[in-house]
Amino acid sequence: MDHKSPLSTLLQISPISLILGFFLVLPIGTILIVSFWDYNDFSFFPDFVWTNYSDALGSNVTYKTYLNTFWYAGLTWLFTFLIGFTVAYFLAFHIHTTRWQIVLFLICTIPFWTSNIIRMISWIPFLGRNGVFNTMLQSIGLIDEPLEFLLFSDFSIVLAFVHLYALFMVVPIFNSMMRIDRSLIEAAIDGGAHGWQMLTNVVIPLCKPGIAIGSIFVVTLVMGDYITVRLMGGGQRASVGVMMWNEISLLLYPAAAAHAVVLLAVVLIMVSLIVRVVDLKKEL
Amino acid sequence: MHKKRPASFYWLTAFFGLFVLFLYGPISAILILSFQGPNGGLTFPMNGFSIHWFFALFGEQLVGDFETSFLRSLQLGLIVMALTVVISLVTGLAFRKKFFGSNLLFYTTVASLIVPSILVSLGIGLIFNIMDWEVSWTTSGLGAHLTWTLPFGFLIMIAVFNRFDKSYEEAARDLGASNWQTICHVVLPIIGPSLIGVALFGFTLSYDEFARTLMTSGVKNTLPLEIFGMTTNVTTPTLYALGTLTTFFSLFMILTAMGVLFYLRRRQESHGSDAGKGV
Repeated sequence: MDHKSPLSTLLQISPISLILGFFLVLPIGTILIVSFWDYNDFSFFPDFVWTNYSDALGSNVTYKTYLNTFWYAGLTWLFTFLIGFTVAYFLAFHIHTTRWQIVLFLICTIPFWTSNIIRMISWIPFLGRNGVFNTMLQSIGLIDEPLEFLLFSDFSIVLAFVHLYALFMVVPIFNSMMRIDRSLIEAAIDGGAHGWQMLTNVVIPLCKPGIAIGSIFVVTLVMGDYITVRLMGGGQRASVGVMMWNEISLLLYPAAAAHAVVLLAVVLIMVSLIVRVVDLKKEL
Repeated sequence: MHKKRPASFYWLTAFFGLFVLFLYGPISAILILSFQGPNGGLTFPMNGFSIHWFFALFGEQLVGDFETSFLRSLQLGLIVMALTVVISLVTGLAFRKKFFGSNLLFYTTVASLIVPSILVSLGIGLIFNIMDWEVSWTTSGLGAHLTWTLPFGFLIMIAVFNRFDKSYEEAARDLGASNWQTICHVVLPIIGPSLIGVALFGFTLSYDEFARTLMTSGVKNTLPLEIFGMTTNVTTPTLYALGTLTTFFSLFMILTAMGVLFYLRRRQESHGSDAGKGV
């Protein structure tokens, strides 16, 4: 029994199709086209040249920058996964009332709805030369000189990433865990599984979809990031986003476009590797 | 029934506590430091206690263009919120059955989340540049924000409708309700709370959006762009004062959303069933 005509479906999907068509698909198409254009000191113009790609892929700087960005993504993934899994496990299996689950879940979620930039800035009083950590460590006599590596370093960048994106791991993993049939856990325990065995043989395999979705979020956010590396690295650290943004601010659009296409390809490859584990659509 | 809690419970509780401290610690430091005395700096210790830096924000030597950029972000956020709610809802309704191209549209929407924001920004900027249109927060900026908020709203609606019990609708139709009546009087009240959630996502994601706005807002900055500009040239606690204000504003919006949710639930409970009460 279906009352819907194809026309009403068409009407319903046209707003989102038009918006994504014009502001997502078309822009990416434009980037693809412009990546073959040529440019001089003043402007960029239609052409068909491969120089933007040969410049991008022929430069050692590009590879170093990618390695650096992978390093950030890898570390951020590892820490957000460990934290996200533990927090989700606590909420799903150790909190037994729905009311408390909702309360604690909201406590984790609220920062996500506030400004990322403010959340980054908020580390400055902690990590600076005269920041909370250095003062604390000095006063208990652990160090004599303030630690310089805390702020404007790889350390502060990864710390900020973990701080910003841990929630993207917590939510999908928690979601997966809540769907695990509790009788499976009981069966495992009845079958003699210890805590650790239950974790590795029952919980983790059943959480794979959640882990995959969280990983996609974290990896793509870090790979395309510009502002965290710029702000927390004090302008001294490189990432793919920062490299692209430097070209954009020099108005070298075709060069930036070529880098954008490469970045998109890299991100899509990473996502498709992760998606192999999971059927996304089933998870909703 | 009280079972003895395993030792792991206490370890995990401690871990969770540390996580909450990690989430909220830094922002509370900003909150405290924004009340620095007039001679205070960007780090502890507190050098007196005042609201000097809040005045500096609004005062004569205005630091940046905070007020207009806030109003701009507020307006943009509300527009994005309204559009996100309506469009996600109608798209969600369409997705309750398969149609030609539904997979394509689904994956395009998911792609909108996955594509690095800097690409969206660059691509829209390029189109406007090539067409010789002027980028502005009301056109290119609005579109860029929607590419970020719509997927969230859409995925929430898909999840909601996947769990939606269709027998309510069938009952309404059996009782002679038209399509429109079914949606207004049956579907919308049931999914109302989720729509509040979509609205909250729509507003806050737009209000805080940075990367997709970077090349698409034109000469007029939104608040996050303004704050980012301040981080490079403001070296006083004014920055923290601004952080405190916008965070409180975000919290206000979150609490409003939760208040509405709570109200809806209460109303639903009290109106829950009129079975046996006659008409």
